[in-house]
Amino acid sequence: MTAPSVVPAPAPPPHDELELLLRIGDDRLVLGHRLSEWCGHAPILEEDIALANVALDLLGQATLFLRRAGELEGQGRDEDALAYFREAVEFRNCLLVELPNGDFGFTIARQFLFDAFAVVTLDAMARSTSPELSALSAKSLKEATYHLRHSVEWVLKLGDGTDESHRRVQRALDELWRFTPELFVADGVAARLAVQGIGPDLPALRPRWDTMVREVIARATLTLPHDASHTPHLKGGRAGMHTEHLGHMLAEMQIVARSHPGAKW
Amino acid sequence: MTTPRATHPSRDAILEILDTVMDPEVPVLSVCELGIVRDVDVDGNGAVTVTVTPTYSGCPAIRVIEEDIISALEASGIAVVRVRSVYAPAWTTDWIPDHARAKLKAYGIAPPGPSGGTDLVQLLRAPRTPQCPYCDSRDTEIRSEFGSTACKSICWCRACGQPFEEFKAI
Repeated sequence: MTAPSVVPAPAPPPHDELELLLRIGDDRLVLGHRLSEWCGHAPILEEDIALANVALDLLGQATLFLRRAGELEGQGRDEDALAYFREAVEFRNCLLVELPNGDFGFTIARQFLFDAFAVVTLDAMARSTSPELSALSAKSLKEATYHLRHSVEWVLKLGDGTDESHRRVQRALDELWRFTPELFVADGVAARLAVQGIGPDLPALRPRWDTMVREVIARATLTLPHDASHTPHLKGGRAGMHTEHLGHMLAEMQIVARSHPGAKW
Repeated sequence: MTTPRATHPSRDAILEILDTVMDPEVPVLSVCELGIVRDVDVDGNGAVTVTVTPTYSGCPAIRVIEEDIISALEASGIAVVRVRSVYAPAWTTDWIPDHARAKLKAYGIAPPGPSGGTDLVQLLRAPRTPQCPYCDSRDTEIRSEFGSTACKSICWCRACGQPFEEFKAI
């Protein structure tokens, strides 16, 4: 045995594809956990089952993308190590997914905005030049497609429903809209990956997402904030700068694994 | 391509064994009939590799399926068994053959229709009406696309008043 070195290991060189896998995986891990918080609390039994099913799909997708991230990183971390033993600043999810669930209208509005983003980006990444990313994206796209169908149906039902359901989902959209520009920000990582054909060209995908979202919002008799530039755009998640909410969520999500390292259940 | 020696199990013999491994959540279909088993390989030393394609990302049954595959082959005296997962091409219900669809229907689960491929979702499409597995009526509705397992929807037959499940087409 040699004494443990006091010199920290050199940080691995930045790896764009690893970064992208963490972003994709963390979006799904965090949103999957948020949705699982509805289990036993949703307004009707069918919806309780539906949200739990979507949560399970998202956690399954997170497992696949984070496992691949761990392989690419080459430091011996698997998907569980990445999920349970990273700190909030190391998470790369967008801010939208970490917000507390709010009421059912808020959860559905957030889910709709994310599902549309997932379908548009997974569809693009299914043609990635990275074979692993392409395979996992094509598989996840099938699931994202029926997730979107589910959230669209609810946005229509709530928006074009009672005064109260309309008011609540409208308020949710008003609150959530400023978190959507972050989804399509191309920082250095995203821009380089898009050029190489590995990652999605986010700014180029935005119009497709916009069209889809605006059509559903209009049919649901809802409106979007008139000029999004008047509300501050919130971002930072991709660089590890999160809202206060993520830390609280992770504390709950990670406590069992951290209290009993290596436990199996 | 190495020809397995006589003492080594043949590919067909292994597939026959795998056809007795049932899906834990839909126990009338084998893992072969579900299209999960994509390939079987026997190397020169008789070691068997079974290639599987998982169904849903979050399906908790996949681990059980892998264990069941290994124990079924080991029970037949095959020592070295490896299960390998591949994700491309993605699993689709189109791989379920007709005879397996008939088994699903007899079990009370409406078989899946054709999958929609990976085209972008038709947001405002007309609702589908799956055929009731009990009375064959099309006067049905999907109550929820999410059922007791990831692979099934909850439906209702107006003609015979029977709730039923449909195997989702993906």
